[in-house]
Amino acid sequence: MRLPCPICGERDIREFYYQGADVALNRPAPDAGDDAWQDYVYLRENQPGEHRDLWQHESGCGSWIVVSRNTVTHEVTGAKLAKDIKRIEA
Amino acid sequence: MRFSGLRVLKEGLTGNKGWTPHWRNPEPKAEYDVIIIGGGGHGLATAHYLASVYGITNVAVLEKGYLGGGNVGRNTTIVRANYGLPGNSEFYSYSLKLWEGLEKDLNYNVMHSQRGIINLFNSDGSRDAAARRGNQMVSQGDDAQLLDTAALRKMLPYLDFDQTRFPIYGGLYHSRGGTARHDAVAWGFARAADQRGVDLIQQCEVTGIDVVDGVVKGVQTTRGPIRAKKIGITAAGRSSEVAAMAGMRLPIESHVLQAFVTEGLKPMIDTVITYEAGHFYISQSDKGGLVFGGSLDLYSSYASRGNLPMAEHVIESACTLMPAITKAKVLRSWGGIMDMSADGSPIIDKTHIDGLYVNCGWCYGGFKATPGSGHVFAHLMATDNPHRVATKHRLDRFRTGVGIMDEEASGSQHNLH
Repeated sequence: MRLPCPICGERDIREFYYQGADVALNRPAPDAGDDAWQDYVYLRENQPGEHRDLWQHESGCGSWIVVSRNTVTHEVTGAKLAKDIKRIEA
Repeated sequence: MRFSGLRVLKEGLTGNKGWTPHWRNPEPKAEYDVIIIGGGGHGLATAHYLASVYGITNVAVLEKGYLGGGNVGRNTTIVRANYGLPGNSEFYSYSLKLWEGLEKDLNYNVMHSQRGIINLFNSDGSRDAAARRGNQMVSQGDDAQLLDTAALRKMLPYLDFDQTRFPIYGGLYHSRGGTARHDAVAWGFARAADQRGVDLIQQCEVTGIDVVDGVVKGVQTTRGPIRAKKIGITAAGRSSEVAAMAGMRLPIESHVLQAFVTEGLKPMIDTVITYEAGHFYISQSDKGGLVFGGSLDLYSSYASRGNLPMAEHVIESACTLMPAITKAKVLRSWGGIMDMSADGSPIIDKTHIDGLYVNCGWCYGGFKATPGSGHVFAHLMATDNPHRVATKHRLDRFRTGVGIMDEEASGSQHNLH
């Protein structure tokens, strides 16, 4: 599996650190309560197929990126800088 | 039919014409007391103990493929009880004791071989950790012995002890650990459950879970609806998919773990060896293949196969530890779907839906737990109370933060186990 870093281009997966599902971008408020924090830290959709997850290009440019890929076929369909996604959602 | 030495002799002399199928192939009934979703090791074990220990025989095990076709047929067959945390320690100790009586209990040869496990360590710090782990195992009533390199050189002369990269400082020896024939474990539980009247229904995929007013009523399947008073989910890497049918999300991410086997070789490794430097482990099957593996690929996956970087890493570890292995050819490699819980420990609990139970989060260590998992899950489903060795495997530990069981002390987070 190779990941398309938006800054560096397609690179070997060994250059990237895997954080997990992109739910990590939606941090709840500190006082949001147990259920919101359980959702954020622990509970996952975890369904086979299309998946968006957060990686860091730690041995490259250091960017945090959101990768779209299929967890059944390992096909990678795209990647965007996490900061751009946050900006769109904000 | 009961298996015995006499029976083998008799069948051998009469043309082996008297053997019958191990289990029936029944049509699903309209209703059961208990439905188990998933006909793998844990589901079949649950059915066996429900019938044999708790007297509940109106049970169906629903399997979308064939019995034992998931992780119980794809693992590296290691059986051990060397956990340290309260909760895990007594559970795996209990499970190992069940293994020791399993073949008699099932009247089935699961080829359980207590050939021992040696966890090698490569630094002073990890020697201290191994000594502490050994003391925890002995305190739990299991066995552990710290070995120095002189003892290890006699037992494992083919290791590269003096390498510059990860020199071997010693090992923690767990003599009651070992291996078992993984498929036979599934078959033995299936046959024993079937003989007590459990219906094992293959090619029957669950497509929905019926819940009315917070109470489970039954399932929808590719072979029609089936009602049940209680439903247990033992779907391993597919647990999140099944739980979603009841509107639940689990603290699980499914990851791929690869394993490898070489061509058959003459007997060489008569124990199980783990090598912490590369998170590598190896044993030799009774057919002669060296069976080995390492870490997860470490990304969410349902592909049942991994990528080459981890294959390269695992094989580098093998070559570093025992250079002779460079002469062997890898025959096969494969991947399994691991139900990774956020803290690395399993979940065996009721859910907020009345009558619905989950047994998941076994990560990459579910095989050795098979009898223990089945027994405690059967206890939970039969009595609605956790078994005494499984009181800490609660689902709500992730909401409250109380009782998180991070065995590896790496942090309770999905990408750290």
